[in-house]
Amino acid sequence: MEKKDIIQSFKDSLFTGLIALALFGPIVGLRTESKGEGLFITPQWGLVFLLVGLCILGRFLINLNSARKTEITFFSKFTSKFSVITEDKAKHFAITAILFAVVFPFLPFTDRYFMDVAIMILTYIMLGWGLNIVVGLAGLLDLGYVAFYAVGAYSYALIATTFGWSFWICLPLAGVFAAFFGILLGFPVLRLRGDYLAIVTLGFGEIIRIILINWYEVTNGPDGITGIPRPSFFGLPFKRSPDEGETSFHLFFNLEYSTMHRIIFLYYLILILALITNYFTLKIRKLPVGRAWEALREDEIACKSLGVNPTNTKLTAFAIGAMFGGFAGSFFATRQAFISPESFTFIESAIIVAIVVLGGMGSQTGVVLASIFLIGITEMFRDLEQYRMIAFGGAMVLIMVFKPKGILANRKPTILMHGDKK
Amino acid sequence: MNNLLSVENLTMKFGGLTAIDDLSFDAKNNQITSIIGPNGAGKTTVFNCLTGFYKPTNGQMFLHKEDSKISLRKYTDFKIAYVAKVARTFQNIRLFPAMSVLENLLVAQHNELMVASGYSLFGLLNLKTYRDKEQLAVEKAKYWLDIIGLTHRADDNAGDLPYGDQRKLEIVRAMCIEPRLLCLDEPAAGLNPKESAELNKLLKFIKTEKQTGILLIEHDMSVVMGISDHVVVLNYGKKIFEGTADQTKNSKEVIEAYLGVDE
Repeated sequence: MEKKDIIQSFKDSLFTGLIALALFGPIVGLRTESKGEGLFITPQWGLVFLLVGLCILGRFLINLNSARKTEITFFSKFTSKFSVITEDKAKHFAITAILFAVVFPFLPFTDRYFMDVAIMILTYIMLGWGLNIVVGLAGLLDLGYVAFYAVGAYSYALIATTFGWSFWICLPLAGVFAAFFGILLGFPVLRLRGDYLAIVTLGFGEIIRIILINWYEVTNGPDGITGIPRPSFFGLPFKRSPDEGETSFHLFFNLEYSTMHRIIFLYYLILILALITNYFTLKIRKLPVGRAWEALREDEIACKSLGVNPTNTKLTAFAIGAMFGGFAGSFFATRQAFISPESFTFIESAIIVAIVVLGGMGSQTGVVLASIFLIGITEMFRDLEQYRMIAFGGAMVLIMVFKPKGILANRKPTILMHGDKK
Repeated sequence: MNNLLSVENLTMKFGGLTAIDDLSFDAKNNQITSIIGPNGAGKTTVFNCLTGFYKPTNGQMFLHKEDSKISLRKYTDFKIAYVAKVARTFQNIRLFPAMSVLENLLVAQHNELMVASGYSLFGLLNLKTYRDKEQLAVEKAKYWLDIIGLTHRADDNAGDLPYGDQRKLEIVRAMCIEPRLLCLDEPAAGLNPKESAELNKLLKFIKTEKQTGILLIEHDMSVVMGISDHVVVLNYGKKIFEGTADQTKNSKEVIEAYLGVDE
């Protein structure tokens, strides 16, 4: 390495330090603490200089070894190997993953916290699979997917609290309502594509949330809906002391009462719902309507010239995607027993879209990996409190740098003429 | 020989610009009718009117069936392919690049398959009636792929094919909807002489073996003169000549339009 290069990389690392200073200065350097009669700012300049110094040193070392190149090839080699493994042995991978998911509640290290995180990840996986129909297959970028999640949750909550119907009746109804809203959104945006579509769907998501806040008589506004009935195990409720003339789950099976019973039941419920979503998507992808979705994503004009009706095709994609969002929403409502518009903000839509895009558009396995990665990492750093969103952002940046097309970007044809040669 | 298509007094105006001016011509079944003319003569606009992408300002277009005729003006958008059975290809190839060759040909049979799959219901239940229909659709795709010699690449992505093969694939994809009129917009653009010759063979095959009339826009005169039964020459939206290929070659108006006039 020549002297000129060293000076160049030194300048570069000083510049990195400047950026780090601008970032860490206000975020880490100024800490607010409440003492007695107000907030006081405690500066932590030592920590800032340590972090900035680390950044400068790290950058300089990277430049010095010109290691950047080798590092990236190392990572992409690793990840491409990974995607080859998962694509080739997709079936084995899927079976292993499902088996693991089935035995997960009974593993020795599984406690209440793990179960809650697992249920959350599975909910996002299901939402990701539902949105994958709209974004991954039909290529319609929907930034307001959380609206259907909200419609599902509120329809379930309202029907269940008003009429007292059971979960198994309300679930399909919530799906139907959400699908109806999917079509409602679909009609005005039929002619829009790309960025314009994204903006309108984003607006739709906000409209639904604002209606939920302001339509006080029906939705109870920002106070939300409380006392949403819990699901029962084929008519057996999960209660310590059941009502007169009723048998509860632990009495029927002669078990010690435990709150874990209900958690485990909810876990299997969302697992089954998610697997149904997956099975349905895999099936419908191989049907004419699924192929028409993908063709529409590829080229709408060519579709029209072949007599494919773009209106119907888009509306079915919106409706089916929304339906699964609605199912997930009613699960959310029954799990939480309380819902409010707070749970359906834009950030939720953004996370679901991120899961689909980072997983690799249209890839079912990719959605699973991206959900575990994004939600899992955010949970792992829960101790960092408000900084944990940095971990979320960092995870997204990592995927985008090393796998710009998503974790699994390979697409398999829906039908083969010559059979599977591999 | 029966008339297949009659265009009567077709006019298309974009604001102050008259792209097509009072154009009338006929195309016959089992014939190749070429539309030629210098750049900007309005050839592609004629196609866009015929295939429902534009609504003409004036004039009529009729597609003749045995003894009835249907007006193409009534159909727009996807219905022109679905109901009237007019298929087209595009000047810049419009395949579904990330889908396999076979899938491209199955999308072209979407409407029949959709009915066969009971609008997805039978398909989800995996009924035998649907599986049989799908098998038939695959066989139809194989029939066309055998003709253009691409059967061995059926499972590859359409976007990975060489340019010449993509052109041929787009034509047979249009043929999969079993059209009565096939409109080809510069199918020979960017092809080498060998590929042009293969294209000629394919078009001749379609013309003689299928109940299809072909309407062709082309700049490549070796293709136009080699296979056209009938040539319509446009310049500035007006028809300046109509006749057989040989007549066109020797027409004074056509030579003037292409090469200019001696002052």
